[in-house]
Amino acid sequence: MKNIRPIILTLIISLSLYGQSSASLLGDVKVDYLKNGLKVITIEDHKDPVISFQVWYGVGGINEVTGKTGLAHLTEHMMFKGSKKYAKGEVSRTVARHGGTENAFTSQDYTAYFQNFAKEKLEISLDLESDRMANLVVDPEEFLLERDVVMEERRQRTDDDPTSSVVEAMYAAAFNIHPYRNPVIGWMTDLENLSREDLLGWYKTYYQPNNATIIVAGDITRDELLPSVRKYFGSIPKGSEPPAMNIVEPEQKGERRVWVKREAQLPFVFAGYKVPSIGNSDEYPLEVLANILSKGRSSRLHRALVYDRQIAVYAGGSYDGISSGPGLFYFYAGAKPAVKIEEVEGALYEELEKIKEGGISKEELEKAKNQVEASFIMGQDSIFYQAMMLGRLEAAGVGHEYLEAYLEGIRSVKMADVKRVAEKYFIKDKRTVGILVPERKAERKEKK
Amino acid sequence: MNKNIALIAAVIISLLAASSAPAAIRKPERFITKNGMTVLLLERKALPFITVSVSVRAGSVFDPEGLSGLGNITADLLTEGTKSRSAKEISEEIDFVGGSLGSTGGIDYASASLKVLSRDSDKGFELLSDILINPAFDGKEIERARSQIRAGIISKEDDPSTVAAEAFNKILFGSHPYALPADGSLETIDRINRKSISDFHGKYYHPNNTIMAVVGDISKNELEKLLSRHFGKWKKKDISYPGNPEARRLDEKRIEIIDKDITQANVQLGHLGIRREDPDFYAAYVMNYILGGGGFVSRLMTEIRDNRGLVYSVYSYFNPLKDPGPFKVGLQTKNGSASEAIKESLSQIKAIREKGVSEKELQDAKDYLIGSFPLKFTTNSKIASYLTYMEIYNLGLDYLDRFPKIIEALTVDDVNEVAGKLLDPENYLLVVVGNKEKIGEIDLK
Repeated sequence: MKNIRPIILTLIISLSLYGQSSASLLGDVKVDYLKNGLKVITIEDHKDPVISFQVWYGVGGINEVTGKTGLAHLTEHMMFKGSKKYAKGEVSRTVARHGGTENAFTSQDYTAYFQNFAKEKLEISLDLESDRMANLVVDPEEFLLERDVVMEERRQRTDDDPTSSVVEAMYAAAFNIHPYRNPVIGWMTDLENLSREDLLGWYKTYYQPNNATIIVAGDITRDELLPSVRKYFGSIPKGSEPPAMNIVEPEQKGERRVWVKREAQLPFVFAGYKVPSIGNSDEYPLEVLANILSKGRSSRLHRALVYDRQIAVYAGGSYDGISSGPGLFYFYAGAKPAVKIEEVEGALYEELEKIKEGGISKEELEKAKNQVEASFIMGQDSIFYQAMMLGRLEAAGVGHEYLEAYLEGIRSVKMADVKRVAEKYFIKDKRTVGILVPERKAERKEKK
Repeated sequence: MNKNIALIAAVIISLLAASSAPAAIRKPERFITKNGMTVLLLERKALPFITVSVSVRAGSVFDPEGLSGLGNITADLLTEGTKSRSAKEISEEIDFVGGSLGSTGGIDYASASLKVLSRDSDKGFELLSDILINPAFDGKEIERARSQIRAGIISKEDDPSTVAAEAFNKILFGSHPYALPADGSLETIDRINRKSISDFHGKYYHPNNTIMAVVGDISKNELEKLLSRHFGKWKKKDISYPGNPEARRLDEKRIEIIDKDITQANVQLGHLGIRREDPDFYAAYVMNYILGGGGFVSRLMTEIRDNRGLVYSVYSYFNPLKDPGPFKVGLQTKNGSASEAIKESLSQIKAIREKGVSEKELQDAKDYLIGSFPLKFTTNSKIASYLTYMEIYNLGLDYLDRFPKIIEALTVDDVNEVAGKLLDPENYLLVVVGNKEKIGEIDLK
């Protein structure tokens, strides 16, 4: 558990690498459906005799309603607390006894569960995942205990972490009505109000075979996998279709700024511009632009803010288009001691303006394309990430077919495209900015 | 640091995410170059790239008195300019081929790493050898690195578990250098100059003090050529390591509460542990798996998280370094439950020490540790780290076969004996970082 943070960082970094897709990966992907609507994706990769078994449910923070945030994630936790055949904690004990590792994760768009195993352990996954897909047991006391655990998780990850609080505040300001405004872990006061009945209703609505995708990557073929999946999941009846989410964020008409004042050492800025999500042709130049601005120590933001001007401890940005809802191209930087955050923020925007005005060089474009391609190749080393990438694409609504066009899309980006998207999207009026304003202990006490 | 922050908010992993599963572990090769560098190689052809991990026995443990942070800044500066390349040229060259090249300090070892497509192996090795052998330690780069490190030291104050860990090490290790943070302090970092950096590099950065693990799409023949081309002229030199005073075990309880206006108490509780090469290591490893090392299934997790809902995270570990590292229980809980969580941690330590473990628990632990062992060999980077680990602790290539046998042979008596010998629920150090007022009295009875 001590490694929670580094692991997330690693995961996210690899994902953003992975976002760049694979031709050879595609050749090995097979998609099938069971009669009850369960989607089954096989990714054959025979490097090592291991598999990553994952179940992805098409539900996440995006499905939550006002006052009930955190429900998707709390449900994820409760899936380890008992089902018909597996008493509390038995899922984890079973996986460990068979030499497997396991976990689960929740985002705005999905809730996913996985085990990594020797290939011959496939049936362990099939048995426990089919049981908790159909037969979750929510003991009232266990529900309250686990809600407490999640509150501790929130304290640890967000409340006691200055930069995370700013990220949360910025998202809440960037979206007025779209559920991406809420943190996946939920607002603390919402968590306090969640009930067992809320959770049971949620489970019944969304944990249906027709709202799930099984993704298995590794040393396995579709012919080995499919009959076993049928055996364990085939008898789970198809549920009613979960309600569709059609929430459209109104156009942003003016910059929004939020400040978080709290005890902290150094100021921090986190700024996001509204951009299209996946399935828009601008995503390729946006991805190239993200590489040029932020990938490696030779990238523009690191070079300018950290190396040349020495005003920031770190600086970067990211375009994450793999989402079903509206996307943000966001930037972040942490100020050096004695440097004003206004100067750092200004320097970030100057770099964006430089691209809007002067475009990029031929070498930068080539470098970015090389980076995308290399990352894509290296990212395939892990079967877990291969399955995770496809899961994210499924959840974003584009499916694995998306990968077929991806590298080609990146390769076709021209210098002028990058300049054009910078001009189109890096608009002050479409920007939301969060600033961490450090308060010293002494100042806080004086105010009291 | 702090990269991709928004996505952290967006994706929540609820527990330990490890990855992959059992594989037949293939034997790596091991050889020593003419100039004395130990090289480990595992050829893996499935994807066209290589991962190289270099470890130089030049960690912060060798920082001279009063110059804590020297080993760390030396490692940081490797990528910041050589005799023939500026810092900008280095980053430009490696970024252009879509690779990565980095260097970082550590406690016992400093390290450098390289990842490139196999078609760029020659370029990668050229850069890697250049940063290790010919760093320039230019004055401006030293100032730049110093200012980055200063900011990093200041920022650590915002991470309560780091504050707790550093306070813990400081008291626990006394005059042993493990007491000091690898990045130094604001005072010591200012005392470091070009000469001390250059001397440190001259003293420790030699092939005979270096382990290199190479994994990926490269044959032994190709690797040997690259090594002789780029590392052949690196000079071997006799190295004498300064002796370090032994850290003494505590002979009483020590409690340190650090007041901070946060919602959780960050608790670290423990005492001295063992060195990796201690014969008790394996029994201790298994015992700790049962106590607090085993992810969701450990006793601490079951009792403090699952049955009481007090924490999201609780763990225990021995950090077996070259010298004895710490044994520690760590947890975060809302300030008001600190006392209860601490009390329960102590009672779990007492219970495993006095009543031992059951046959069933031992068998489950063995099944996990042996069954999941091959998962460590499923990506280039994971394999490279593990090969390095095996070499650092002189485990030998046959360790891959021996490990399951060693674990399998352990008995309940072996495990219970080390619990009695290594755990001490009376003489321990307790560090708590949190809101002192809300934490209140801590009941240690």
